Amino acid sequence: MAKMKMDSQRKAFATTLVELGGERSDIVVLNADLSSSTKTIEFANVFPERHYNFGIAEQNMMSTAAGLAAAGKTVFVSTFAVFGTGRVYDQIRQSIAYPNLNVKIVVTHAGITVGGDGATHQITEDIALMMVLPNMTVIVPADAVETAKAIKAAAEWDGPVCVRLGRADVPTITAEKDSFEIGKASILRKGKDVTLIGTGIMVSVCLDAAEELKKEGVDARVINMSTIKPIDEDALGKAAVETGAIVTAEEHNVEMGMGTAISMVIAEKKHVPMKRVGIPDVFGESGSSDELMEKYGLTVKNIVNAAHDVLRRKDKLSRLQLMSKRLKKSEKKREIKKKEKRKPKPKKGKKSK
Amino acid sequence: MAVYDDELMESLGEKAKVIRKHVVKMIFTAGSGHPGGSLSAVDILTTLYFHKFLDSACKKGEREPIMNYDPKNPGWEDRDRFILSKGHAAPALYAVLAEAGYFEKKVLLDFLKDKNDEMYENVKKEKVFGVDLLMHLRKLGFPLQGHPDMNKTPGIEASTGSEGQGLSIGCGQALAAKLDRKLYHIFVMIGDGEMDCGQIWEAAMSAAHFKLDNLIAILDRNKLQLDGPTEQIMSLEPVPDKWQAFGWQVIEIDGHNFKEILSALDAAKEVKGKPMLIVAHTVKGKGVSFMEGAVGFHGKAPNEEQYKQAIEELGG
Repeated sequence: MAKMKMDSQRKAFATTLVELGGERSDIVVLNADLSSSTKTIEFANVFPERHYNFGIAEQNMMSTAAGLAAAGKTVFVSTFAVFGTGRVYDQIRQSIAYPNLNVKIVVTHAGITVGGDGATHQITEDIALMMVLPNMTVIVPADAVETAKAIKAAAEWDGPVCVRLGRADVPTITAEKDSFEIGKASILRKGKDVTLIGTGIMVSVCLDAAEELKKEGVDARVINMSTIKPIDEDALGKAAVETGAIVTAEEHNVEMGMGTAISMVIAEKKHVPMKRVGIPDVFGESGSSDELMEKYGLTVKNIVNAAHDVLRRKDKLSRLQLMSKRLKKSEKKREIKKKEKRKPKPKKGKKSK
Repeated sequence: MAVYDDELMESLGEKAKVIRKHVVKMIFTAGSGHPGGSLSAVDILTTLYFHKFLDSACKKGEREPIMNYDPKNPGWEDRDRFILSKGHAAPALYAVLAEAGYFEKKVLLDFLKDKNDEMYENVKKEKVFGVDLLMHLRKLGFPLQGHPDMNKTPGIEASTGSEGQGLSIGCGQALAAKLDRKLYHIFVMIGDGEMDCGQIWEAAMSAAHFKLDNLIAILDRNKLQLDGPTEQIMSLEPVPDKWQAFGWQVIEIDGHNFKEILSALDAAKEVKGKPMLIVAHTVKGKGVSFMEGAVGFHGKAPNEEQYKQAIEELGG
């Protein structure tokens, strides 16, 4: 892949928070002994009176966030994804999502690319946990530029939002001028043969896969599905109708994540061949980000293979459809012939009417 | 320290009796609910909510109410807030809110209009306002949920029910008050069974750390939880020492003695630089002989015979 600019999503998050803090006095920020890692320390430095450190007590932090929100604040809570979703699922459910409060949970260090810390810190089921909660909105930005926009959109959004960020720097693939709207997917590359749908860091991998496919003459569309919930059904419907084959890619347990959410829409809306790429249903391990992505299948090669698979099925399907069309046509012809044969010859002396 | 007259004690006692009758009737009508922990909390709730109306000095404007609120305007920014962290005692809170005026037609409909179309229509159609709403506890399509819901019932400050979270929510509201330089207080009632939850201690630690002197916790120490006596299930004592060690001001009172409740609440509002816990020693099921101290009535409705006897004991 061509050399891309690499940027930190966490940094973009922190810079945007400081910006928002200057504009809006209702913004408060909570963290749990990780402000240097999630970078909310930058907000704390500028607005110390609106920043609270709860120590390693995420449950208390989440419910306190609910109380602040109930009293009119827009609350950004930040910690690692593993602690900010799984460890506090009940607090999010009961204190935040159920009463639909304005708490924005921005989790960093999501997925397997956390790297060396190993499985205890590599959450690969957080999207599933957040996606299943009523009232919850789930955003997974693809790069630093989109992260800034997602944070601003979350601040404007009425109700709880979970924004999932990674630890490692990621290639910048979106532009400042691109529009961002919660619930709207964006097409990063036009194409008509197959659609590759990525979220988070897998969007850039999808773009690379599209380049590979181009070499084989396959014209792949690439969609950045940055909002997992509510999912953009229109974009999915169009992708299904216009390209007839779908591949999804995510840094998350493949059994229950974005791909699953998409497969449900595809099954109900317009059934086309589909394949999900993601982390298998296992816990991770220590290693470098790159090694882990390779080992757990988050690769260009896997996406290309998945594209081959859906294209084969699409091809088979279209051949079958063609055959059945032809069959129907010839049956029709036969029917007509039969009818003509059966037609009684007009009898002499009788007028038809 | 304010001096309270016997007349006030008498009228608080009368009001508490009315609340207790509502509680028993509500749970009997609903066929389920938590009478034990509701009844143990009634005298404290009655004091919090009705001092404002029953103290003659307060009515004349010579004394600040223990809890400052306006039932006609549940969203009033400067109101004192009450959070029932032990959400299963919802019937007691609902009865108090009904008697205080939160369920009057205009208040209820204005509240529901913005929040819940279905409930708005149902309440309007059935014309269940004020104390009439109480008999719709736990009823499908009506505001009074089994556990408090801030978006379905006016006067509810936090959706609670999953034990252990209300004190943290109170901390959040107390932090917001400090940030906004508001003078309101946050009263949080916690149950003793709830003290098993680690989150209660996280909240206790942070309330002291953030010097939340606008936060007043009241422990309904009825000494029983669902499975049995608290000290058998998971020892809590020494309760006051533990909270003191966490940085709280602590006072112990008889949670059924109005004078003690009033004085403790007064004292709590004077504390500076730290939060205060009122350990209110109570009797689970208080006011109904066969429910008092009976573990069996933690989460069980009375049958018809028991219901009749309970109402009779509460003065008919």
